Amino acid sequence: MNHLLLAARTDISESLRSRWFMVYTLVFGGIIVALFVSGLTESRVMGFSGLSRVLVTYLQITMAILPVFVLITTVRSVAGDREAGVFEYMLSLPVSLSAWYWGKMLGRFFVVFLPVVLAMFAAVFWGLGKAIEIPWVQVAYYTGFLLSLAWCFLGIGMLVSTLARTSDVATGIAFIIWLVLLLFMDLILLGLLVRQGMPSESVILLALFNPMQVFRTAAMMLFDPHLVLLGQSAYVILDNFGQLGYRAWALAYPVVLGSVCAWAGYSVFKRSDLP
Amino acid sequence: MISIQGVSKQFRRVSVLNSIDLDIHHGDRVALVGSNGAGKTTLIRCLLGEYNYQGKIEIDGLEPGANRTRVLKRIGFVPQLSPPLKMPVGQLIRFAAGVCQSTPDAMLAICDQLGLDSAEVWRRPFNKLSGGQKQKLLISIALGRDTDLLVLDEPAANLDPEARHTFFQLLADRQQHAAMIISSHRLDEVAALVNRVVELDQGNIVLNDHVADQIDLASVLNCCLTLTRADAAFAETIREWGFVDSEGGRVWRGDIAGPDRLRFLGVLSRYAALIKGIELADSQKEGSADVQARIV
Repeated sequence: MNHLLLAARTDISESLRSRWFMVYTLVFGGIIVALFVSGLTESRVMGFSGLSRVLVTYLQITMAILPVFVLITTVRSVAGDREAGVFEYMLSLPVSLSAWYWGKMLGRFFVVFLPVVLAMFAAVFWGLGKAIEIPWVQVAYYTGFLLSLAWCFLGIGMLVSTLARTSDVATGIAFIIWLVLLLFMDLILLGLLVRQGMPSESVILLALFNPMQVFRTAAMMLFDPHLVLLGQSAYVILDNFGQLGYRAWALAYPVVLGSVCAWAGYSVFKRSDLP
Repeated sequence: MISIQGVSKQFRRVSVLNSIDLDIHHGDRVALVGSNGAGKTTLIRCLLGEYNYQGKIEIDGLEPGANRTRVLKRIGFVPQLSPPLKMPVGQLIRFAAGVCQSTPDAMLAICDQLGLDSAEVWRRPFNKLSGGQKQKLLISIALGRDTDLLVLDEPAANLDPEARHTFFQLLADRQQHAAMIISSHRLDEVAALVNRVVELDQGNIVLNDHVADQIDLASVLNCCLTLTRADAAFAETIREWGFVDSEGGRVWRGDIAGPDRLRFLGVLSRYAALIKGIELADSQKEGSADVQARIV
């Protein structure tokens, strides 16, 4: 079997047995269950009801939780494996570094992406069972956005874990990255920057390059096509991108960012001491 | 086969290897000895292409870092500390066999020879095995494929005497076509396995010498011990070596793997006051002239 697939399969089965995966699955499964139990599907808020409302809420919660989960578990696992001596043994076997690194990333992507999407599709199937109209286009976009976001933070996680020599340092760096990106969102620091008189172009540029903000805006756009909730920023986004353009940006940019980070991580990994 | 020229390695400002020069040829069985921090593990990791270093290492003309898979296909490695892998044994074996272009059956055959019930442990997570089981499994992965260099870091430390004997036989089978580097912090642990000793101290080679190579790795010694009196603690210890008693625990008979003789005598030395007589004879030779040791 191809070494890349062997490495991916090994990482998947290691992850499936780990505690973090159980917690991770329970969290995302739990969110969906909580949304149903709290009767969100029956409520009507801001004009949205039923499954769309569940999905929007789920996506907003996921945006905050998914990146930190992916970052922390990835850096702890990779840097932890190095610390514990797993690399010393596994990399003494004749597996190429590229197959090992990218196989690990693919395997991890699978286990990170699967519970999130399964939880979302559980909601969709629940809707089908209740004969609720399914917003398939939204579901497809949401799946794409989630995929893009997961890949992005996985790439950042792989870079951090190759740069940091201990799992404690890696965890600290990962947490700071997540916190900074969370702060630079429209709700928190961006609002403050606008109030401080920072040029709006700069603020919007920051927002456009923050993968969490990109995800949030794109998810918002699906149920609020004119981005009324965003205020004046919406004009810049819609004038420069258009709706389709921004969705494409939201799908492509995090993937590119994650891939660049992962590639940088690989370059560091293959040039540095392995164990 | 292995050419190491001017190899140095530093971690930050601490020098761990200082311009090491060493050549190892086919058929060499090298004891790599030295105290903790001498540089043994670092040198092994450089050989495995896991560390960057200054200088030059070539294995049959190939630099390990630049030709990882080609070089590592030829190296069987057993680490001193088992990796804390959570994956089941079966998956580890399938992974290793897959990347080493071997078969799980070849590795399982070695497991069985070493007395590890592969069917019983197949589904168990690797990190749940005992120290001895882990060691047997890692040895099986290293020996269950075609290699011409074995790098073994304290390989027999956790093995029971029977498994040690099988392990020595397996090494004997490979000694003609494979070089071996056996790392240990104590020479007496590996002395009987090697024909060459390289001692490292603070990153420098302080001894590089050949040693008498008269011990057959596959040899077995018949041993008879006579005690002044039966003793429960001695009985417990000697049973671990597979000995059986007669005359009410005063006479014990059993077999010792040839390369294990020093280790065995070391164990006996703890009970010197109890021992009345020791008789050791090569089981493959007959006649009293071939008795190797008799202390009465």
